[in-house]
Amino acid sequence: MTQAVVREAGSGALGAAVPRREAPDKVTGRARYTGDVALPGLAYVAVVPAAIAHGRVTAVRPERALAHAGVLAVIHGGACPRLHQTSDADLAVFQSSSVTYLGQFVAAVVAESPQIAREAARMVEVDYAVAPHRVELDTAAADLHRSPDRGPHFPTDCSHGDVEAALSHAPVRVDATYTTPPYHHHALEPHGTVAYWQAGGLTVHETTQGPSGTRDILARLFGISPDRVRVIARHVGGGFGSKAAPKAQLALAAVAAQVAGRPVKTVLTREQLSVVAGYRTPTIQRVRLGAEADGRLSAVSHVAYEQTSMTSDHAEYAAAPTRTMYAAPHRETRHWRERLHVPSPTWMRAPGECPGMFALESAMDELAHACGIDPVELRLRNDTANDPHSGLPFSSRNLAACLRTGAERFGWAERESPPAQLAGGRGFVGMGVAASTIPQYRFPSRANAQVDGRGRVTVRIAAVDIGTGARTALAQIAADTLGVGLDLVAVEVGDSALPSASWAGRSSGTTSWGTAVVRACEALRAEMARRGGALPSGGLEAASDTLDELAAPRTHSQHAFGAQFAEVAVDTVTREVRVSRLLGVFAIGRVINPVTVRSQLIGGMTMGVSMALCEEGVLDPRYGHFHTRDLAAYRVATFADVPEVEACWVDEEDVDTSPMGAKGVGEIGIVGTAAAVANAVHHATGWRVRDLPINARHLVEAEAAAGREAAEGDRAAAGEPG
Amino acid sequence: MKPFAYERPSSVPEAVTLVAEEPGAVYVAGGTNLLDHLKLGIAAPRLLVDVTGLPLNAVEALPDGGIRIGANVRNADLAAHPEVRRRRPVVSQALLAGASPQLRNMATVAGNLVQRTRCPYFQNPATPCNKRQPGSGCAAAASRTEHRALMGASESCVAVHPSDLAVALCAVDAVVCVQGRFGPRRIPVTALHRLPGAHPERDTVLDHADLITGVELPPLPMATRSRYRKVGDRASFSFALVSVAVVVDLEGDAVRDTRIVFGGLATKPWRARRAEAVLRGGPVTADRFAAAALTELSDARTVEANAYKVPLARDTLVATLLDACGRA
Repeated sequence: MTQAVVREAGSGALGAAVPRREAPDKVTGRARYTGDVALPGLAYVAVVPAAIAHGRVTAVRPERALAHAGVLAVIHGGACPRLHQTSDADLAVFQSSSVTYLGQFVAAVVAESPQIAREAARMVEVDYAVAPHRVELDTAAADLHRSPDRGPHFPTDCSHGDVEAALSHAPVRVDATYTTPPYHHHALEPHGTVAYWQAGGLTVHETTQGPSGTRDILARLFGISPDRVRVIARHVGGGFGSKAAPKAQLALAAVAAQVAGRPVKTVLTREQLSVVAGYRTPTIQRVRLGAEADGRLSAVSHVAYEQTSMTSDHAEYAAAPTRTMYAAPHRETRHWRERLHVPSPTWMRAPGECPGMFALESAMDELAHACGIDPVELRLRNDTANDPHSGLPFSSRNLAACLRTGAERFGWAERESPPAQLAGGRGFVGMGVAASTIPQYRFPSRANAQVDGRGRVTVRIAAVDIGTGARTALAQIAADTLGVGLDLVAVEVGDSALPSASWAGRSSGTTSWGTAVVRACEALRAEMARRGGALPSGGLEAASDTLDELAAPRTHSQHAFGAQFAEVAVDTVTREVRVSRLLGVFAIGRVINPVTVRSQLIGGMTMGVSMALCEEGVLDPRYGHFHTRDLAAYRVATFADVPEVEACWVDEEDVDTSPMGAKGVGEIGIVGTAAAVANAVHHATGWRVRDLPINARHLVEAEAAAGREAAEGDRAAAGEPG
Repeated sequence: MKPFAYERPSSVPEAVTLVAEEPGAVYVAGGTNLLDHLKLGIAAPRLLVDVTGLPLNAVEALPDGGIRIGANVRNADLAAHPEVRRRRPVVSQALLAGASPQLRNMATVAGNLVQRTRCPYFQNPATPCNKRQPGSGCAAAASRTEHRALMGASESCVAVHPSDLAVALCAVDAVVCVQGRFGPRRIPVTALHRLPGAHPERDTVLDHADLITGVELPPLPMATRSRYRKVGDRASFSFALVSVAVVVDLEGDAVRDTRIVFGGLATKPWRARRAEAVLRGGPVTADRFAAAALTELSDARTVEANAYKVPLARDTLVATLLDACGRA
């Protein structure tokens, strides 16, 4: 459903393909990130990580480190200021002797240089009382528990109809288990903080996806008023969810600045990020589908197993997207979770949808194969106008348009069966498709719009540009709402001293902040109109707060949708998979800036290729550490792994989701991509890889499984006992 | 990081003397491996002797078909050298299969040969590792990691040798030129790397002050028919899960002579002499090549996580040999 919208103002700025405003600063190195902040008297902090996965610190002996030239202080449980609030154990550094994961901060060194701090950190001696640990997710574990409900509209378990009966009567069934490994975000910029105290107030330069939220957390941590805390994030070098909730280095830096009585900087090492920065939980997912012979679903069951730490209540909810995707009369989605002695998992690009849609969309491909129906057609047959979960109509869906447009552009009709052979008979070329979805969230924000006596506009909001082009998009939204040229609009973001705003996460930044900017600019325009268009020499300003607007109950289900098409070449000798083409077609509402939106979409799809073929966090169960702690061992796709990636969108405006008619685009690119690649590999080879990544090991195993299934099929056909 | 002294000698004898006189000294060239070790706390030398100023930068194509390569030649330059590409394609291919363009621009020939394992336990100072800390134990042996040797391992060490270049050099009968305290020596590259045995801390037969000054590739006309094939977990910048270097001399439809070396499977570049013996004098057929591979791999000791490497190595060797024989 495409909605028509009447726009009153409009300057042509909305939808303009303009480059991001800070691009010249970034490519010339002028942009200053947190790690670049230099202050007089700056001291440096290095971390002493726990050497055990579970137990207690019984003694910290800092003497050798303290004797090292240039060391200012060693902070640990026996020598640390008490924090006001300790309910978030991951932030409450050194407030407890308890160790619940390997790498947890047990002490820190403040020194005159980062090199001295790091060397002295190795000299701090720590004694432990060791307790047994468990770090591996196990679907048979005795202490599995239901993940917590996330509010009344988001229960952890959902059930409708009689799934078991429907499955047992279904003429076609799929029952398969899929796994995804732990994933690390590894934004280019490592997490870091520069902190200093002045007159009882705290200022931090922070690698954050949300200055306002971080300010409030710091205020609670130290028991001071939020107006005495300032969080600055002028530029942030990527986040992907890892910089949404503050991490331990923030609390550590603030404490260290207190102890040292001078400004301090702490920047985590690449190795420490795999522990401190959060990660996506591994998942084990069982998907059962029941369908009529024509592919229409009668039953869908999706049960996900996930892990969290001893200190975090995080849950991924991998089965949640299945609630929205396809209509089936009988449905269930369930989430089980296990607490382990591991670092805390956190949000990562498309939490829930990213691993969950790998499982569901792989299972849909298996169903298409079992029914002998084209995978695009199967999805079209199971399309729905209403959200099966809420019963509400979708504000816009257009999944069918994405599938049809994509099939046309990709040349899906040329998908050969059997698949085309590679030159020299060394392998096969296959094509795969998968659908994608992301729920649309908006969070309350405030903004201020000011026009000076000469007509120059400044928009202020404590949003943050983590590399997405948010500054540029907000300027376009303001220019469009005010009906002024884009060059007249300045935007200030990245500072909690600006009007409070929500975070850059969950694909909600631009729609949340954009709504506040629209309302502030509308108010400013109304004020200008009231004055007959004449500007006083001192200018005018107006403010907005979207709290009330966003509290209204939803009348529609709001989601973005998309379809990814992948072509792969599989070398059946070396078991190497190369993605040769990748196309994504998305239903994302009105596109505010085609340059930055395309960048988000192809960035997400590239991350999806990386997930499909490369990325894999590996933990040693005996010690509890990740092996994969640097970018040589934790393999992110290289340029050579990434093909021509094309992203486009169908014509859509959705004013129910935001006044700009836009939807959030940060996450949808990654959703579905891994399934599209895995489905293409199956088309090419007949090997079904259900355990990511699709590497040589998993392909050899899938090949062996395919061989066993074929042999069983032959035996069954011959009437032999299995 | 611990403070260390830094010297930049201008002659080979001066470099050797500097290292010989300081037990805590190490040579450094491109630094692509050593600097990581300094940061990770795996190495803590008292003295770095930077050899990049030494006059060891030449590649000489000799009239007899041999090639003489200076120790400091950068991997990127050696890979691009026209005579290396023409006379020893396997060497150029192996270099280009390794690391990333940035690393190849820094890394040297000698540094590549003495790079250390990427065993995840060697890389992590918090875990026991006999190679890093003799006598501390081998955390990898009882682990589930797939990154462990199928061949050449001992009770003390299962670490896989990481080099691509060394695998190719073993296939072209390369000789390593070394300057030691008591003069120069020549070591066949197949004898450079040690099996770990009870002393995995010693990767090579080199003594403390020994400096690799160059590598000589003797005349080997059949090496124009050579191939390197590497299988990694991504298209670039990954270590070999399996790699093969092959050199083949054909006489009609038969294999007159061959060199076969495996990488990614063993504690050192694995010259597959038993596979070579199966092939010599035999026909150019996929079945024969597979039989040769399986003969060599018959002693492979696998765990669940790396059992896949046996069929992978077999198939990769067969395809690479067929390719080298022009039968692909």
